[in-house]
Amino acid sequence: MISPPRLDAVPKVTGKARYAVDVRRRGMLYSALVRSERAHAMLGIIDTSRALRLEGVVAVVTGDDLSPLFPRYGHIIPDHPILALGKVRYMGEPVALVLAEDRYAASDGAELVEVSYQDLPAVMDPEQALAEGAPLLHAQDYGVGDRSFEEAHSEPRSDNVCHRVELSWGNVDQALARADLIVETCTDYPMLYGYAMEPYNALADFEDGYLKVITTAQHPFMVRDDLARVFSLPLSHVRVTSPYVGGGYGTKSYTKVEPLAAVGAWYTGRAVKVEFDATGAMLTTRADSARVTIRSGFDSGGRLLARDVSLTLDTGAYADNGPLVLSKASNRSFGPYRNQNVRVRGRAVYTNTVPSSSYRGFGAPQVSLASELNMDQAAQQLGIDPAQLRRRNLIPPGERHYPGKRPMDADLAADLDLLLEGLGWEAPCQEGQGIGFGVTASDAGAYPVSTAAVKILPDGSVLVSTGSSEMGQGSRTALALIASRELGVPLEQVAIAQSDTHATPYERTSGASRTTTLTGLAIQRACAELLSRLEMAAAEVKGGPLTEIKAAEGMVVGPWGDVSFGEVVRGWFGGNLGELAATGVVRRVGELQELPPFWEIGVSGVKVSIDPDTGQVSLLRLVTVADVGHAIHPEMLKGQDVGAATQGLGAAFFEELVYDGPQLVNPNLVEYRVPRAKDMPPEIVTIVAERGDGVGPYGAKGGGEGTLNPIGGAAAAAVGRAVGRWPDRLPLTPERVWRMLRGEEN
Amino acid sequence: MIGADVVEIAPVINDREVFLSVPVRMTLAEMLRDRLDLFGVKLSCEMQVCGVCTVLVDGQPVSSCTYLAADADGRRVSTIEGLAEGEQLHPLQQAFVDHFALQCGFCTPGFIMMAKHLLDRSPDPTRDEVVEYLDGNLCRCTGYAPIVDAVLDAAGRLRAEP
Ligand code: FES
Ligand code: FES
Repeated sequence: MISPPRLDAVPKVTGKARYAVDVRRRGMLYSALVRSERAHAMLGIIDTSRALRLEGVVAVVTGDDLSPLFPRYGHIIPDHPILALGKVRYMGEPVALVLAEDRYAASDGAELVEVSYQDLPAVMDPEQALAEGAPLLHAQDYGVGDRSFEEAHSEPRSDNVCHRVELSWGNVDQALARADLIVETCTDYPMLYGYAMEPYNALADFEDGYLKVITTAQHPFMVRDDLARVFSLPLSHVRVTSPYVGGGYGTKSYTKVEPLAAVGAWYTGRAVKVEFDATGAMLTTRADSARVTIRSGFDSGGRLLARDVSLTLDTGAYADNGPLVLSKASNRSFGPYRNQNVRVRGRAVYTNTVPSSSYRGFGAPQVSLASELNMDQAAQQLGIDPAQLRRRNLIPPGERHYPGKRPMDADLAADLDLLLEGLGWEAPCQEGQGIGFGVTASDAGAYPVSTAAVKILPDGSVLVSTGSSEMGQGSRTALALIASRELGVPLEQVAIAQSDTHATPYERTSGASRTTTLTGLAIQRACAELLSRLEMAAAEVKGGPLTEIKAAEGMVVGPWGDVSFGEVVRGWFGGNLGELAATGVVRRVGELQELPPFWEIGVSGVKVSIDPDTGQVSLLRLVTVADVGHAIHPEMLKGQDVGAATQGLGAAFFEELVYDGPQLVNPNLVEYRVPRAKDMPPEIVTIVAERGDGVGPYGAKGGGEGTLNPIGGAAAAAVGRAVGRWPDRLPLTPERVWRMLRGEEN
Repeated sequence: MIGADVVEIAPVINDREVFLSVPVRMTLAEMLRDRLDLFGVKLSCEMQVCGVCTVLVDGQPVSSCTYLAADADGRRVSTIEGLAEGEQLHPLQQAFVDHFALQCGFCTPGFIMMAKHLLDRSPDPTRDEVVEYLDGNLCRCTGYAPIVDAVLDAAGRLRAEP
């Protein structure tokens, strides 16, 4: 396939692309938040009087004002108050929303709100939260949100466990007892901030009886559902629109600041804009940190006999997507290896920290660090080449490794070989250098529900309409390409409308690497339906039996010759009028009955060099393999792969949110360092493996997270080989590497 | 703010002189976005580390998130909106399109303005110079390599221009 220019490229290079943050309304109010200064406390009096006396301040909304509403949100557990209700659970939690005629009055007003607290003991990490007698963050039963998440349960809580997963097959204890070698690996994956460059923001307004929200959300339909519940509105009366999203990576999955803007609009009767800077965004959502312990048993030939996994995620103050992240982390923790005996015990734990949610890879990076390092350590102890050890255990194509789930739809061993060649694994490394690599398979694609509409207009041009958001991943271009290919209409004639819950068809989410595969299928199906409508219309207009009429490649061909799509539409309606439309639906039936819709494959590796004096790690080479079945747009795919891997390298070498007591000490981009241009390796090799083995259009399956998932383990292994000791945590900052070089504990 | 100190200023924005009265505390980014609808100027960190708000003031790159609007009085301010000649993209813009040097695009205006300044000063930079120069602009999507490729390609196109 060739890679035509991105449809959003020209608007983005000229500064004309509009993001949610750029949308304004005449007469809208600006806002500023008063945030909790305590990690865990009962709220006392919130004195808003001085703020309200400030010129320009219109209103100050607090939790008490929300009593006519359902005052919380949360798609799995609706435990998240829009504004603190009687209690705060993390430092930085929204306590009051100041609304004013301009941004300066709003921020000055926020300074004038006085909040009194009665402190409660706080639990700042899972260990404290799980200790005997630990204070409870949540004692109440919130009920259950999204019923498609089957594990969600509802009951009053007696501990701080937000969600628990127990997963097993075979008999792990027996298998470990007869293993020749047992290798135990325990790792800590850092607390991260996904950092999409457009911070959270939303504009809300009640207009014509509808709540209208324009936001930087990946999943506008899920935000709609939360908002409808808050205001007891029919779903039809909430319109959520996502224009270009300035980076998502999962951090803009699910509801974030939309309820704040909406309650502001409800309270004042005016349009309200909520805008955060990056620091505000860092106090809104982060990614789970994880402690993972994996014990694997092998026979002397290197066959994996059993894996016993325990994992604990620090979910923070509210559930958000934590339960699903745990569930995914559990499913991804035993590796893409044939294994008759698996046991996983996982807990997602509430703590008095910023709530965590999904972030690219969704539990996989957290567990793969331990899972892949475990293979490397086992290989070393068995005296087997680590690539060979993996080859011996990788799940072959078509084999079902996880009872009840889809069989493996990829050739992992072939992917690994491509990777190793790219990395130069066989060639010896120089002193102070090391190569690390990893293989992962994630149950991706989410629940398969997508709908899409495609129309032919009277001039023959095409309008595709989808609830999938353009957040940089290129859905606008990829989905338009699929329609263009299906109908045989040139790409320049295809337009695409995205992410408006009033105007575009239902889409579950834009995440889990599902868009090309599932939304793509919906578009393909809509196009097929549309072609048959064109045939029927042509039969009516031109005559002739349907069996002799065929619509394809931009033309309807019949006994009377060729007519264009536009001609058929015009002939059917008369004049220059009308349009022919069709909808394509994807449900969990047929080839999509088995979950996951596809396994997302992660195959990547790095070569590094270490400065023995400073512990500084330099990246020499990054290699990624995209096993995506079919690349609809190869250049965008490679862009996804390198981008995802780069985020993984951030976690591997730089990024970590750090708490000191109750306080997050680095909620800013000076102290939370993300990869910069100079950090990147001089050699980047992106390999695309196309075997047509996915359920999506033309055999496609998802990409976009895959290369991130093994990077942490790969980086740790590369450093481990260079240093001669295995790391047990990320990021591998110069100080940590320097300590490793000196034989100190890291 | 209402009723607070304001100043009258007359900056030249993308070659057009404008007259504004702005609060003394207003940043240049806020002025460009809130008053002049120049939304190509983006904001993210608001503390001078990410580079998305980069514009040129008298030809020098500044972080408009921390530069006061009042200080732009009488100065020439260039934003991404002033770069193309009508429909004709600037070679840097065209190179970003051709090299897929953007995904979400939120960082793109800042990178292009920074790169413009580099190429204005140094029309034939090495790859290392480009990397060094762009190290103060963050991109979370692309992994930077396509951005560096685009800048080098644009440098070549500009040198080839008559
Ligand atoms: S917003 Fe100005 S440098 Fe980040
Ligand atoms: S393209 Fe998204 S941040 Fe650079």
